[in-house]
Amino acid sequence: MALRLAGDFDTSYAHDIAVIRNRGQWLMTLVFLVALFALPFFAGSGILGTLNLIGISIIVVHGLNLLVGYTGQISLGQAAFMSVGAYTSAVLVRGGVSFWFALPAAGLIAGLVGLLFGLPALRIKGFYLAMATLSAQFIIPWFFRNVRVDIFGGMPGLRVPPPELGGIIFNSQQTMYFPIMGVVVLCTIVAKNIARTRLGRAFVAIRDNDLAAEVLGIHGFTYKLRAFFLSAFYAGLAGSLWAHYARSINPEQFSLLNSVWYLGMVIVGGMGSALGPILGATFIRLLEETTIQFSPLLGKIFPEAQAGLLAGLGPLLFGLVLMLFLVFEPRGLAHRWELLKAAWRLRPFAH
Amino acid sequence: MNWDLFPQFLATGLLTGGIYALIALGLVLIYKSSRVFNFAQGHILMLGAFIAWWFTENLGWSIWMAFLAAMGVAVLVGLVIERLALRPLIGQPILAAVMMTLALAQFLQGAVILAFGAYQRSLPTMFPLQPLILGDVRLKLNLVLAFAVALIGFAVFVLFFRFTRAGLAMRAAAEDHQLAQSVGLSVPRIFGLAWAIASVVAMIGGVLLANISGVETNLSVIALKAFPAVLFGGLESIPGAIIGGLTVGVIESLVGGLPQDQAIRSLHLGDIAPYVFMLLVLMVRPEGLFGLKRIERI
Repeated sequence: MALRLAGDFDTSYAHDIAVIRNRGQWLMTLVFLVALFALPFFAGSGILGTLNLIGISIIVVHGLNLLVGYTGQISLGQAAFMSVGAYTSAVLVRGGVSFWFALPAAGLIAGLVGLLFGLPALRIKGFYLAMATLSAQFIIPWFFRNVRVDIFGGMPGLRVPPPELGGIIFNSQQTMYFPIMGVVVLCTIVAKNIARTRLGRAFVAIRDNDLAAEVLGIHGFTYKLRAFFLSAFYAGLAGSLWAHYARSINPEQFSLLNSVWYLGMVIVGGMGSALGPILGATFIRLLEETTIQFSPLLGKIFPEAQAGLLAGLGPLLFGLVLMLFLVFEPRGLAHRWELLKAAWRLRPFAH
Repeated sequence: MNWDLFPQFLATGLLTGGIYALIALGLVLIYKSSRVFNFAQGHILMLGAFIAWWFTENLGWSIWMAFLAAMGVAVLVGLVIERLALRPLIGQPILAAVMMTLALAQFLQGAVILAFGAYQRSLPTMFPLQPLILGDVRLKLNLVLAFAVALIGFAVFVLFFRFTRAGLAMRAAAEDHQLAQSVGLSVPRIFGLAWAIASVVAMIGGVLLANISGVETNLSVIALKAFPAVLFGGLESIPGAIIGGLTVGVIESLVGGLPQDQAIRSLHLGDIAPYVFMLLVLMVRPEGLFGLKRIERI
């Protein structure tokens, strides 16, 4: 467990389970939240665009972390579940439904589809289950590409109208920042707390030893299904936000490659921690952004490699970072952060 | 339904299936010995095509020389991958190994684009291009010969496992790591050997495939079709790999080609038929035709 500050005692049951433990932490949380939501009034749209992308990734990765990090089930289909949310929301809003209703609906439909592809968990687990989710990753984009082209737009996809609320049209990086960060904060709070409930503890029990969990009275199948539902629900919410952020969606945006990147974010951030997805998504997206910023410069230094520089450097660095993390820090950035915190609190002593 | 074209689609499916079987063989080899499923198999295949292209283009070698040289490079690539990427993960949970091969796939993708550029190339042809006509069935001769090379490669590896000392050692390690170690076999070295052979198999597939469809980074996608093949045949079974590969090739070809109705054809059912098939296999018989059924005890 993390070390506590000196003088921080549990004086009541409510205090015992509190996440934010003292006034200093409350103050910091409030300052952070105010700063988070005041940012669009000061920052340029380039920075906000990156932050919006990071925010959407954080939501997806939170969901994936519940499934992979807590429940220990590998999913290679997260991007496909995200596409279900994106298309649900796009079709609903194009049909005249308000975005604020379409957002939860997108989560729900994606969750149900996730449930469907989680059903093989009744018979299979581990690697075999990963293959079932891999088939979801092919079947779902195929569906949006080829079935009912009149509704889903086929290969070119759909254009998506911006959300509206009380006369404000959310059609810029500045305005989309608010719904995205709002959902990020909510999703983080929910993810953090799911892990602390009976549900979350059952997930961890299944991850650590599923047979032993069954013996303890945890019905593995239904809990795995719940993890699949939650994971896809998060992906659906993110998909809906993505649809209205990008304003145009097509099946190519939700490929296997994206699923692999989300899994990479879970690993880099640290599995089984609510902080992990935030750190992982931020780290990988910033890495991607840096690559995009620096590749013109590198192109000047190595003119012969210019053509493939941007296309090649992204996957190369992502693969390299992921491999290094797997070998040297499999518990991810969140674990590093805990170590750093402990060292800070114990300073100047080593233990 | 175009039943008259049935033999045609069946034959085309079998030929494509041969390539799937070759990729599946590489997957089975690695899984059998080290319990790692190699998602990067397709990217090693693509690398092989690019290396062979490089030899023919920059050193002016004939395609067959380049083919052999690519196989030599494959041994090195396999050994390096095993030593640097997979060996540190021995004893880690399955997710770590899965992620490692996925990361490796991304790394190879990026490396190939950086080294060779992302545009399409063509290899000098290995086989004559004229069609082969057998009754109603028209086949491309280069596909048929590539299939034959794939089958020969397959046979060589089966014989290797059956009749050589190294093959026996690999089969022993596949059976039980601790037992193999107790009789003096070096299990890490066997893992290295498995990766080397799997890379060679992948690069054979890569050169054959590049001969038919050109050298490009999209070649790696074909390995995704080999996944249903391996699962159907059974992850631990070498004969399963060939049966699975051929079955998936035939299913894909028949589902894509047979329906005559335009509305059904426009759905491109052939694209997902292998994955629907994989889902069915997973639900009905997860261990596949010849795979090992795992029994768990606490």
